[in-house]
Amino acid sequence: MHMMKADVMVDIHARNNHIAEHVHEHLAEHKIFAVNIMGAPGAGKTTTLENLLKHLDVPGYVIEGDIESNIDTERLRKQNIAATQINTFGACHLDAPLVHNAIHALPFDKPGILFIENVGNLVCPAEFSIGEDIKLLQVSVTDGSDKPYKYPLAFEKADIIVLNKIDLLPYVDFDEEFFMKGIRHLNKTAPVFKVSGKTGEGYAEAAAWLKQRAGF
Amino acid sequence: MHEYPVTVQIVDIASETARKNNGRVRRIDLVVGEDSGFIGESIQMYFDVIAEGTLCEGAQLFIEGVKPQLRCEKCGKHFERKRFSFQCPYCGGDGEPTPIGKEFYVKSVELEVEDQ
Ligand SMILES: Nc1nc2c(ncn2[C@@H]2O[C@H](COP(=O)(O)OP(=O)(O)OP(=O)(O)O)[C@@H](O)[C@H]2O)c(=O)[nH]1
Ligand SMILES: [Mg+2]
Ligand SMILES: [Zn+2]
Repeated sequence: MHMMKADVMVDIHARNNHIAEHVHEHLAEHKIFAVNIMGAPGAGKTTTLENLLKHLDVPGYVIEGDIESNIDTERLRKQNIAATQINTFGACHLDAPLVHNAIHALPFDKPGILFIENVGNLVCPAEFSIGEDIKLLQVSVTDGSDKPYKYPLAFEKADIIVLNKIDLLPYVDFDEEFFMKGIRHLNKTAPVFKVSGKTGEGYAEAAAWLKQRAGF
Repeated sequence: MHEYPVTVQIVDIASETARKNNGRVRRIDLVVGEDSGFIGESIQMYFDVIAEGTLCEGAQLFIEGVKPQLRCEKCGKHFERKRFSFQCPYCGGDGEPTPIGKEFYVKSVELEVEDQ
């Protein structure tokens, strides 16, 4: 019996990332552009994807990630949107194996955009790649303008940031300058679109950006 | 909850190394940046339970933490971020994020190996 030391240097996320690459390849084969929507519970993730789909004249698909329930999926199916549900049963984020199981439940018969609504959480989803092309960060003015400072990783990793509920600006103390300053320290390139799910304003611009980015 | 699945990955990675070398794991050295999103204490807590019945059973887990650093865009120096501030303590310039502090990997393992 003897002791030996072995260098390993293996990233803990390696297996997840490997499956994420596989998911991404599968989607690319079907010409599907995937958007990972991250944001706190109730920030407006479902509202935003509904509004973006209205403005995108491109086939849309949705995977809904929730700890429990299929409320959001039912809500989308009522609008004839091809949607499927992942329940994580306690896990606070989606990971690539979960998304891998779900992509085979969607038809992908036409090229289009797939929205993957992550579990409502501003922390953990940012740490896991799920095979997406871009990450959309959903924040709302009711979340508070200090969020870039408190949850930097989500802002750092976002490719597009959607600031929702601007119809509520008169009622909340949202310091936009402080908010934008925090974002720009973390992320020089992501556009920030100000929208309201209540009035529908701002979504046309966000959808136009997305369409161009997706190459449609 | 959050650390449970990643602790499973850690045990898998270490066990795989042990299997390749026909040994058992006695010690794992893990590097966890403070901005990795994972808490060392929490991984430590799950580890014994998950390691039970695997090649990692009874192994010790050592966790090296890494403090996150920003890099100043003006003078290029690295520094630790203060709350609600990105300001460089050397020149007052703006700091931008770096990979330092986001580490999350198994650095090495110590194995007990049968003599051939
Ligand atoms: N006033 C106002 N309310 C909004 C706006 N957008 C969404 N809401 C409301 O905010 C609530 C949450 O919206 P959702 O789109 O379900 O949020 P979500 O992020 O998908 O929530 P979870 O999936 O539960 O995490 C709903 O009651 C919406 O009606 C907005 O722009 N203005
Ligand atoms: Mg929702
Ligand atoms: Zn400096």
